[in-house]
Parts: sequence; structure tokens; C-alpha cells
Amino acid sequence: MAKIMFVNRNAPHGTIYAWEGLEVVLIFGAYENELSAVYMDDAVFSLKKGQDTSALGIKGFLQTLPVLEDYGCEKIYVDKESMEKRGLKTDDFAIPVEVMDSAGIGKIMEEQDVILPF
Amino acid sequence: MKIGVMIQEGPSYNHEASDTAYKFIEAAMAKGHTIQGVFLYDDAVTNVARHMEPPQDDRHIARRWSELGAKGVDIVVCVAAAKRRGMKPELIVDNTRISGLGQLSEICTEAERVVTFGD
Amino acid sequence: MLHIVNKSPYMKSSLESCIRVAQKNDPILLIEDAVLGAAAGGGVESLVQGALKNHPVYALGADISARGLSSLTPGVKVIDYADFVDLVEQHKPMTWL
Repeated sequence: MAKIMFVNRNAPHGTIYAWEGLEVVLIFGAYENELSAVYMDDAVFSLKKGQDTSALGIKGFLQTLPVLEDYGCEKIYVDKESMEKRGLKTDDFAIPVEVMDSAGIGKIMEEQDVILPF
Repeated sequence: MKIGVMIQEGPSYNHEASDTAYKFIEAAMAKGHTIQGVFLYDDAVTNVARHMEPPQDDRHIARRWSELGAKGVDIVVCVAAAKRRGMKPELIVDNTRISGLGQLSEICTEAERVVTFGD
Repeated sequence: MLHIVNKSPYMKSSLESCIRVAQKNDPILLIEDAVLGAAAGGGVESLVQGALKNHPVYALGADISARGLSSLTPGVKVIDYADFVDLVEQHKPMTWL
């Protein structure tokens, strides 16, 4: 059993990393690990309500985000400074999140066994 | 110490990630550490393309991974990422294998450290 | 925790985000294009100098030589791949891709 944290920093859709950062949770959920995710820098946009990727012909995130919890990723943290810098507020997000300041994010990272960046 | 490695970036001559990862692994093995596994994710699956043919005076990235595999390092190519990119089992170099993301999960559980290289 | 940064701080904010979140005394390692930030006299030197107040800052020698950097911000320690391995042995790593 390991404490594994996915640290998402890339913007959605421009590259595949944000998508893979979700895929990985769905697989890791089948194993006995303690999972959590952080969204910071441009990745805060991955959580935004109202994303419509149909014109791009790619799968969006809005079906996956609400089930992260069912796959064992119960804690979703958002970096406060990244969110505010981009003009976002907590009610812009499609799922409930815990907003944390820089020191808080640093502290929870320190508690992990493994950090996987996406 | 058991060290796991994830690489997210290929197409292996595009980015330095594969080189840094390889040099890091070489140094770790020289110090007697165990490499718990090398997981090739995203475009990193092209690291092990069997038919790659770089210029003679350049490093041969796929051969390098294959040689490391021959030394007993488990080099795992993500199946979903491989399928997306047309990397069939017959198209990867010897001493590497295709498997699922579950392998990365196991590396994360078993290794004492997991280092990621990527873009 | 060991913070590994691989992006040029002139192009991306990874180093800034890393410095903002890193706990005091956590080592920061610059690899690949991130070593450009360690060049003395550059526009990001104050960022690196700020980091040095709270963190040991290392830069990978192979990447520095490859880029022909001869003069680095004082305090930045140049290390090789074996030292990189030692840092990983001493600290759990996080890569700021």
C-alpha cells in the first residue's frame, strides 16, 4: 500500500497529459493504494464546468471527473494561487475540490510515497 | 534501493527525457540499486520501436533499452499508449514487453522511489 | 523531497511553481533545459538566488556542458548522474514537467 499523488499541471486538450492523468486514476483505483490528485498551474482548467470537446472529436473530462472518487481518488486538491491567477473560482469547477495554499500543497506532497506528474 | 522509472516522452529523438532517464538508470545500477521497472507511457512507447534506424553516428535509443532489458531490467510499454500509436508487439525491440498501466501501479507500490522523466 | 525541474524558466513557470510549493531546505535539481536558468547574469538570476536562500540548488553537469554554460549563479552546485542518484536515494522525487 502506497500513498500516490497525481500532480496535474498541464492545460487540458492542448496535449494528452491531462487526459492520461485521469486514465491513470481509473486503473490505479483497482489496486490497494491511497490516491489523491492535485491540480495546479494550467491544469486547473481541466476541472472547469461546461467543457465541450465535441467539435474537436475527442473525449472530454466531464464524464470521468465525477467518478474519480469511486475509483479511490477521494481527495482532489486545487492550488489556490493557480486558480486565482487564472480568474477561476471554486464554483467554476465541475466537481467538489479542496482549495489549498502553496504551503498546504507542499505539505501534502511531502506526505506521499510516490508523486506522478501529468 | 529499489527505484522505478516512468518516461512520458518519446518520440524518442524529440526530447531529452529518454537520454536523461537512461543515464540516470545507468548510474543507479552502477551504484548497486535495483531498477524495479521502466514504464514507457504516452509517446515514450516509441522509445522501443524495433525498426528505428538513427544515423550511424548517433545513439540508438531502442537498442540501448533492449540491452538494458537483457541485463534484467523490466521495460514495460503501456498497452493503451502503444495501441494508439500503432506499436504492435512485433514492432518493439527484444527484451521489452507490452503491458497495462497496472504495471505502473505495481512499480509505485514496490519501489522505494519512482522518478518521472518527460516533457 | 527532491524537486526536479526540466524546463527553461525563460519559457515556462515550472521553476517558479516549484519554488512556491517546495518546503524549506528541500533540494531543487535543474536538468535538461532548466539548467539555462542557472547561467550567471541572466534575467531569471534573482529567481534562482531567491531559491538558494531556502534550498540547495543543483544543476546537472552534462546538461550545462552540452549548452556551453561557463559561468553559473554562485551557490548552484554542479553534479553528475551518480550524484543525481544519491539525491533520489536521500529524498522522494517530484518532477515538475
